[in-house]
Amino acid sequence: MVEISALFHGFAVVLSPFNLLLMLIGIVLGVIIGVLPGLGGANGVAILLPLTFTMPPTSAIIMLSCIYWGALFGGAITSVLFNIPGEPWSVATTFDGYPMAQQGRAGEALTASFTSSFIGALFAVIMITFLAPLVAKFALKFGPPEFFAVYLLTFCSFIGMGKGSAWKTLAAMMLGFALAAIGMDNITGRLRLTFGFPEMMRGVDFLIAVIGLFGIGEILLSMEEGLSFTGKSAKINPKVVLETWKKLPHYWLTSLRSCLIGCWMGITPGGATPASFMSYGVAKRMSKNGDKFGRGEIEGVVAPETAAHAAGTAALLPMLALGIPGSPTAAVLLGGLLIWGLQPGPLLFVEQKDFVWGLIASMYLGNLAGLVIVLTCVPLFAAILRVPFSIIAPVIVVICAIGAYTVHNAMLDIWLMMIFGVVGYMFKKLDYPLAPLVLALVLGDRAEDSFRQAMLIAQGDMRIFFSNALVGTITGLALIMLFWPVVSRGVAKVRGG
Amino acid sequence: MNDQETGDDGGISTRTMEIVVALLLLAVSALVVYDSYRLGSKWGDDGPQSGYFPFYIGVLLGLASVATLVRVLLNQWRRDGKSTAPPGLFVEWGQLKLVLSVLLPAVVYVLAVQLFGMYVASAIYIMLFMRWLGHYSWVKSAAIGFGVSAAIFVLFEIWFKVPLFKGAYDALAWLGY
Repeated sequence: MVEISALFHGFAVVLSPFNLLLMLIGIVLGVIIGVLPGLGGANGVAILLPLTFTMPPTSAIIMLSCIYWGALFGGAITSVLFNIPGEPWSVATTFDGYPMAQQGRAGEALTASFTSSFIGALFAVIMITFLAPLVAKFALKFGPPEFFAVYLLTFCSFIGMGKGSAWKTLAAMMLGFALAAIGMDNITGRLRLTFGFPEMMRGVDFLIAVIGLFGIGEILLSMEEGLSFTGKSAKINPKVVLETWKKLPHYWLTSLRSCLIGCWMGITPGGATPASFMSYGVAKRMSKNGDKFGRGEIEGVVAPETAAHAAGTAALLPMLALGIPGSPTAAVLLGGLLIWGLQPGPLLFVEQKDFVWGLIASMYLGNLAGLVIVLTCVPLFAAILRVPFSIIAPVIVVICAIGAYTVHNAMLDIWLMMIFGVVGYMFKKLDYPLAPLVLALVLGDRAEDSFRQAMLIAQGDMRIFFSNALVGTITGLALIMLFWPVVSRGVAKVRGG
Repeated sequence: MNDQETGDDGGISTRTMEIVVALLLLAVSALVVYDSYRLGSKWGDDGPQSGYFPFYIGVLLGLASVATLVRVLLNQWRRDGKSTAPPGLFVEWGQLKLVLSVLLPAVVYVLAVQLFGMYVASAIYIMLFMRWLGHYSWVKSAAIGFGVSAAIFVLFEIWFKVPLFKGAYDALAWLGY
């Protein structure tokens, strides 16, 4: 029970007035970001990252992770009231959430979704509390070949588990790696892919890519629909909350299943969006009321919200324990660690106890605070969406530009952001996934370093990736993931025939 | 071969865009491979050379774009994207116009930032956007444009002490920041 005492130590770190204040600011900002089109968890955190450079790392990560929780909560508000998913992972919430709002049960739907989000997150945080230290301890034994194998596993799962074309996933990912290679080579110090432009020496910062791809790209995409928001109004009073809470325990099985799906999809880099769809689908198939799904069934709100929040939270486990983020937002937080001078990876649990356990404790408190804030302030947040798009759009473009500029104080970055915006728009429309691009851009240098170190150890012999049981298992798993569509088809055939 | 719709009256076809994007990615991969080859993509005296890893990245990127290209050209493409355009269309002309009405001003805005700095450019950009696309009154547009810009100024320059870009012709030099 070392974890429990460490956790209480974490609470002691978090419970300072300054940190609590940052937590509240983070949640409120996060909900606003989640509600606005064009701003989401990943780019919201990316834009605010430069403002935290001067803060102590623990306070900074508390604020930024709370923005993330807030954004997860905020996505549900727009889904239920406006039938516009503020975030990709809340698309599945619109299926039953909006019909409920149309029937005048918006309060019920919102209470159910917030509460489920909270439960999903809580489940994932408890898992992180007990599992992350074990994973980190295990990972201390890792050398370069093992780390490269884990990177391989991460990227292979994207290709094998992705929904769209595997070639497009591969293309997006390799583009990310190529962008990561721009600039100075870490080992030899030679310039790569700069083509003689000194400005390119710095490389392409992934924060710029995130702001452009998710921010500007999203604005362009929303503009296409010529957005005019018309939504249902909602008031949540304590009576509705209590009545809904009385109903929720009936769906404990759905919740538990969704928690497990969410955690699994969060740790393997599936992410919150597929988790919410998968959980909705499974709930629909397993539920007695499955045929009523899509017409305002409360269970259809519980399932995707629980899974999305569990996945969003669980994505921080590999980020903390291995230094490998499970989602774009986790990747941005990881970028933050590097900027604050912390080395992500298993040693974090040994060397930065305050930081790690402060963060974990803030996950408990942040989600609780988030639940209270969203339950009490829904009308306020919904009002933001009633601000016309022709005011919101230019303001978001300005915010994105400022965010891009402050990363390195470079004008070139704003231009890059615009280019990424157009790329994001085209990629989204053509089903090139953005998450692998961002993760490859973040992990590119480190994946390359561990690959080259492993090659140096083995003198260029690829067999090093199967040289012992540990690395062999991970590499083998990676290959299975890579060819998962083929493997699963084969399994089905064997069973069928 | 080309009797398939390649951009009729309705807009740009998805097929055209698929081909354009795949070709662009192919061009990027060629650049990466070329530069890696230049740096040395083999095994040097002291281990892998600088271009060793990027070389394979470039090769894989090329492979993936060729595969996508071939699949599009063979028309084996089942599309289920998030697009609001009718199937087969990447974007309708009307939608494209809306998208460009945001994109082009944004590009001009970034140019303005380069020249006149973040604050002045942002205020004018928000004002004109509201006036032209939102049809608000000049007074309201100007109030919000300059209000937002002033708020950003207070937040960044005064509270967080993060200086933003002042531009080639710093119109706010008299403020002393």
